Amino acid sequence: MPRQVQGLSRILLAAALFVLAALPPARAAGPFAELASVNSDVVAAGVRALAVSGNPRAGAVIAALKQGRLFAWRWPNPAAPLFIRTDAGLVDARTGAKVATPPMPVNLRAVIVSDAVRGAIETGAGVLDLRAPAAATRERAAEALFQAADPGSLPLIDAALRTEKDPAVRRVLRDAQAAALLKSDTAPVPAQLAAVRRLAGRADLSSRNLLASLSGEPKPVAAAVARAIAGIDRQLRLWGLVENVYYGISLGAVLLLAAAGLAITFGVMGVINMAHGEMVMIGAYTTFVVQQTIAAAAPGLNEFGLLFAIPTAFLVAGALGVVIERCMIRFLYGRPLETLLATWGLSLVLQQAVRSVFGATNKDVTSPAWMSGFVRLGGLTLTVNRLWIILFAALVIAALMAALRWGGLGRSIRAVTQNRRMAAAMGIRTPWIDALTFGLGSGIAGMAGVALSQIDNVSPNLGQNYIIDSFIVVVVGGVGNLWGTVFGALILGIVDKFVEPITGAVLGKIIVLVLLILFIQRRPRGLFPLKGRAVEA
Amino acid sequence: MRRESALTVAAILGGALLLAAGNVLVPASGSLHVSGFVVGLAGKYLCYALLALAVDLVWGYAGILTLGHAAFFALGGYAMGMYLMREIGARGVYANPILPDFMVFLGWKQLPWYWFGFDHFGIALIAALAVPALLAGVFGWFAFRSRVSGVYLSIITQALTYALMLAFFRNNMGFGGNNGMTDFKDILGFPIGTDATSVGLMLVTALVLAGAYLLARALVASRFGKVLVAVRDAEPRTRFLGYRPEHYKLVVWVFSAMLAGIGGALYVPQVGIINPSEFAPANSIEAVIWVAVGGRGSLSGAILGAVLVNLGKTWLTGALPEMWLFALGGLFIVVTLFLPRGLIGLLARRRAAPKDAPAAVAAAREVTG
Repeated sequence: MPRQVQGLSRILLAAALFVLAALPPARAAGPFAELASVNSDVVAAGVRALAVSGNPRAGAVIAALKQGRLFAWRWPNPAAPLFIRTDAGLVDARTGAKVATPPMPVNLRAVIVSDAVRGAIETGAGVLDLRAPAAATRERAAEALFQAADPGSLPLIDAALRTEKDPAVRRVLRDAQAAALLKSDTAPVPAQLAAVRRLAGRADLSSRNLLASLSGEPKPVAAAVARAIAGIDRQLRLWGLVENVYYGISLGAVLLLAAAGLAITFGVMGVINMAHGEMVMIGAYTTFVVQQTIAAAAPGLNEFGLLFAIPTAFLVAGALGVVIERCMIRFLYGRPLETLLATWGLSLVLQQAVRSVFGATNKDVTSPAWMSGFVRLGGLTLTVNRLWIILFAALVIAALMAALRWGGLGRSIRAVTQNRRMAAAMGIRTPWIDALTFGLGSGIAGMAGVALSQIDNVSPNLGQNYIIDSFIVVVVGGVGNLWGTVFGALILGIVDKFVEPITGAVLGKIIVLVLLILFIQRRPRGLFPLKGRAVEA
Repeated sequence: MRRESALTVAAILGGALLLAAGNVLVPASGSLHVSGFVVGLAGKYLCYALLALAVDLVWGYAGILTLGHAAFFALGGYAMGMYLMREIGARGVYANPILPDFMVFLGWKQLPWYWFGFDHFGIALIAALAVPALLAGVFGWFAFRSRVSGVYLSIITQALTYALMLAFFRNNMGFGGNNGMTDFKDILGFPIGTDATSVGLMLVTALVLAGAYLLARALVASRFGKVLVAVRDAEPRTRFLGYRPEHYKLVVWVFSAMLAGIGGALYVPQVGIINPSEFAPANSIEAVIWVAVGGRGSLSGAILGAVLVNLGKTWLTGALPEMWLFALGGLFIVVTLFLPRGLIGLLARRRAAPKDAPAAVAAAREVTG
């Protein structure tokens, strides 16, 4: 071939490549050649193509592009060489082999990274995850594709669907496919209608947002979208309701734990114990000490420290309760206002004592692995530790009811509450029962402290946050009635969680307090008052 | 009785005059000079004594254990604080002649309606009395009418002050949020923070306290006071005798709230700040312990207790801050267990030894359940 012709053809080829590069994505050149293009849309298409190609180098190349370490030849070049700059020198992007004779830096340019390319990198990285061995990673990748709702990712999704076996991942992939289809301008109407149905079935906030963002759809699709949005809104409201109830129950369980001991000391014995919150606080500190001891003595049992902490906290707080009853409370029976003041003083002393011993800062109580994480249930995300606390509260209250009903001590406690003199005449040592009852209530408060150490700061002020709420629960539920306490706690928790989103946390609290004041006006003896003569005395 | 009240008034006024003279007449270099700081402290204690007097009226004479009286005190304080804020005028950081600094900072364009008129001292003073009275009236009317009493009443008074504290913490209430109000410049033209103004305020507080004491004295010594004590000791019996205990309670409750309101109004210019932490439930309970230490059911005891406990608090929080809560907590326990009549009861030495304590406890138990 004559020289000029050769030169001419080279120029023509270059021009043709230039034109080709300037044209909208053309697949013929292959993903690597597209990456070398100066048109960012072509580069983006190249990234996507590379991601689905299954090429073993895809991950490394896309990562390099993301970090700005991918370089192309500065001048038009039919071979479209691509290099990755590593610490050890330039590497050929296609093979990963080290380039023997590296080109002059002046001949290289970084591959274009525009917004479109960046988007493609994100989806591309996601698609690479679609091939990850772990199903959870693949599901996350599919979810990312769904969120991106990029019509360009359709081929990727189709490719992934062909190989995917895991049903959960397949489901998310289908959602992503539907999202991408809806965003595409070229998809046929029946396919779009099916996609709308798919998203309506998914019924979460992101699918609603996606549907709401559509515009310029053909008429039947637009109508289906409007219907789907209305349906999703209905479902979301329903889930919101269920979620609020769940949060309310969860808060109610915390309140119930804090108030259960008070239901014994205040509800059964009639002792206003303002130091009740401090018993909870001492239970939380016991948890901390037990955890430290186990970590030092038997690190293998770390995961089960809480199981040891529960009985320990019960015994520590219970013993303290017995001591308090013997040394202080018993001199104040029949004088509720004085009891209130003296136990308030006691609470100050206990707080300051803990502050002096442990310091004023929060103590770190770790949660075991089996209590962390969350579970999905329909449209709900439930944290595992809250579930455990609800379960624990239910167990504690059930055990307490059983003990009062069938236990020997429980029988004595009921006898002394109902008729002290007759019980004494029957041979029950009433002062000792008083002490044990107070110890029981305090011990339950200590167990509540174990649970609260998992969700609240373990500090000397821990108890103060719960004392007013606990009294409210007992008062609402009705004194001397454990079922009343359960309902009081649940009602208070649920009302709190329903009022809070409407009015904000602070105003919500105020409204609850005002409601309480009004409630006491109407039902001074709570929801479930004890009936009979003894009450009126 | 007459001797006791004469002694109390003399002690209040004499002590105040002595401190004032020590500040004004003795040169600053003299060893007997009383610093402005001490005068300010004394003024603060006298305000607390007003609050204690208010608590003692309802707790000692009507048997209503209030755990929320600091709410009335703080409301009076806020009324005065609003006047002092308006008095700053254009001297604030933002130099806005109408709006207080915090409102400018929050981007408010005009004064909320409830701030109008507070540039007049008289209106602020009326508000310091009327707002606590109104709140106490509404609250008491509902509470006493439905016969909420004893511990339940105590707990809802605590809930009341707690709710108010949360409310005043909110910025959009228009009371300065959690920063409250401070940086006052002058009161009725007298610059705040100078010795002369402190002495003046302290003397005014002493006069008001003495007046309030005499008024309260007259109230409890009257027929009204006798019925009140009857309500305290046996409410159902009093009702069966044809009295309306809720009316008596309501009157003394509102009067007591007004006393607390004045105390708060006098307190704010002397300490130079008012913020929502004054509503904290712990403050109200502390006021109860002043009364318990001094002697529940003795008006001079309440004043004595407020001054003594706060002296102890000032000294301990300065010398051994760790110990203050131990001391305060211990005071609650010791006084309720061993000193049911407080220091005044101890001074009177009416009873050398406890007579039939167990029987009394049993009897009380029968009554209150």
